[in-house]
Amino acid sequence: MTAPGEPLLSVDDLHVRFRTDHGVVKAADGVSFAIWPDEVVGIVGESGSGKTVTALSVLRLLPATAEVTGAVTFGGRDLLTLPEADLRAVRGDRIALIFQDALAAMNPLHRVGRQVAEAIRVHHSETSRGDAARRAVELLGLVGIPTPEERARQFPQEFSGGMRQRAMIAMAMANDPDVLIADEPTTALDVTTQAQVLEVLKDVRRRTHSALVLITHDFGVVAGVADRVVVMYAGKVVESGTVEEVLLHPAHPYTKGLLASMPTLDREEERLARIPGQPPSLIDVPSGCAFHPRCPYAQLPDPCASALPELRPSPGAAADGHRSACHFSDRLVESG
Amino acid sequence: MTADATVATSAALLHVDGLVKHFPVRSGLLGRAAQHVHAVCGVSFDVGQGETLGLVGESGCGKSTTARLLLGLLPATAGTVRFAGTDVLTARSKALRALRRRLQMVFQDPYASLDPQMTVGASIAEALRIHHQYRGTGRARVQELMSMVELDPDDIGRYPHQFSGGQRQRIGIARALALEPDLLVLDEPISSLDVSIQAGVINLLADLQERLGVAYVFIAHDLSVIRHISHRVVVMYLGKLVETGTREAVFGRPSHPYTQALLSAMPSANPLTERARTRIVLPGDVPSPLDPPSGCRFRTRCWKAQEICAVEEPALVDRGQGHPVACHFAEAPASPDGTTPDGVSPDVAGR
Repeated sequence: MTAPGEPLLSVDDLHVRFRTDHGVVKAADGVSFAIWPDEVVGIVGESGSGKTVTALSVLRLLPATAEVTGAVTFGGRDLLTLPEADLRAVRGDRIALIFQDALAAMNPLHRVGRQVAEAIRVHHSETSRGDAARRAVELLGLVGIPTPEERARQFPQEFSGGMRQRAMIAMAMANDPDVLIADEPTTALDVTTQAQVLEVLKDVRRRTHSALVLITHDFGVVAGVADRVVVMYAGKVVESGTVEEVLLHPAHPYTKGLLASMPTLDREEERLARIPGQPPSLIDVPSGCAFHPRCPYAQLPDPCASALPELRPSPGAAADGHRSACHFSDRLVESG
Repeated sequence: MTADATVATSAALLHVDGLVKHFPVRSGLLGRAAQHVHAVCGVSFDVGQGETLGLVGESGCGKSTTARLLLGLLPATAGTVRFAGTDVLTARSKALRALRRRLQMVFQDPYASLDPQMTVGASIAEALRIHHQYRGTGRARVQELMSMVELDPDDIGRYPHQFSGGQRQRIGIARALALEPDLLVLDEPISSLDVSIQAGVINLLADLQERLGVAYVFIAHDLSVIRHISHRVVVMYLGKLVETGTREAVFGRPSHPYTQALLSAMPSANPLTERARTRIVLPGDVPSPLDPPSGCRFRTRCWKAQEICAVEEPALVDRGQGHPVACHFAEAPASPDGTTPDGVSPDVAGR
């Protein structure tokens, strides 16, 4: 599904470190991925995998204590070194964010309509207040909020969780961005509300053709929405490829283990396959492959505990296709 | 495995009948209850010895309130909860104490439910002490419980913060099992855990049930987890029980429109399945439990709703589906559409 030409946004060798009293937390450790126009890339990982840190560093939204190196290229410029004023022109206009917790992301003292209108006027001061307000109502209608004129006059806390998430999507879409980054946009929602919000996201994208970076812990959400998937573990990308490649033919033991451990609605099994152990501490990441203490395929100590497996094309895949960071990905693919 | 789910059997360990809970919403100077939150409205079910009843529904459906009512942690507005013949809701002092020993709860948040200042050993031993069972063999029993939930017994002197989320949930389970209860009520026991450690806790619960014969009321919003672990299932919506039956019946022949929508909304990790299906997307939000809709509570979001639905509340009865469904227009899908096959019912091929 990789489109030809230049990527819209590319993250290259991103490292994010936090110095703490207990040691250095390597929250992102050499993360690289790219997204092409009109594409949906899912970034999947558990808590502490580095997926949110990666997303936030794209727009330099991490606290000042974070040490960030690498490059985030967008429109021929490196967002990590861009002057703050230039970055502000990108943030919320060309690249917009949707957060998990809409209540925390919105201002409780301002009416929803005003907040959406504000998102427009921040970047387009030539738009009159009246026009921005009308456009806000239109946007709220577009994301499926019933009686948008009335709802625009309400405060965020008067909205249900699902309606609030829709309002956030409206705000993010206000300036027709090139890239939308959604960080666990449906995690706090009930499953039927999640289905509604994912439908809205898909519908909005059909109109605007914004590219979408969807960050989630849920392979199910990715399977229905994304074109390509990036799987993260302990601050690193361990596998990437199209949704079919990664979800149907996983080439990394972590992906394979996660998929096998989730109960499904269409499989019968007495016992769930479980991944032993715990995700590692990011202060003290295991040597070699960070997954080796939990991996059923690991050969110890060599190579799995001694050598860091590179993210390389899995057997039979094109150079820019399905990749996995496992010393034994060929065996995994054979065993199906 | 087609036994009717609501028929009360003498073997039932827990018998819940017409359970109602209204929370008053006070307002004004005198603090009079102007309105009531109708949290649980006439819920009835049984739990047999050693079986798992899955209680599923979304936020506000009343599943957590039901859990607290079962344990006598909240006074009920109406209805009865009988546990091994004793009425939980009216039991006092001695009888209640005896009940508490046999009826235990595991909470969702393993971070909030353990005292950070108590060692793990002391936390697990607390129940033993209260029930005068600690003296003598207590420490050995605590270590035995720790091994049972696959924790290292040598960690008995450690504090909760030294354990991960999954380990803390195991501590919570060990605590609940200390007095050898007959029934555990588990309220979303895995939903705060990382995906890669959920399976371990689910497997552990299954093993413990097999070894100890303990029954579970397992509350969750995740249908695939419910399907995996339950023998029988109860589906709730806005304080009402809308469908119930064996696991095979509810997942093989989901007949209430809400159950069908819930199943249809569950994302599958298979991109081919995801692309092939048409999802039922419900309109609008769950109505306020302060003023629930007349008749069928689901009618405001239901594609099948007709006039009768606003007038007459549908009874929870079998209308030919083989299990009770509270819908005037209940029908099982003629052929499973890829979201419902169960692999167990003879007419449905598993994958």
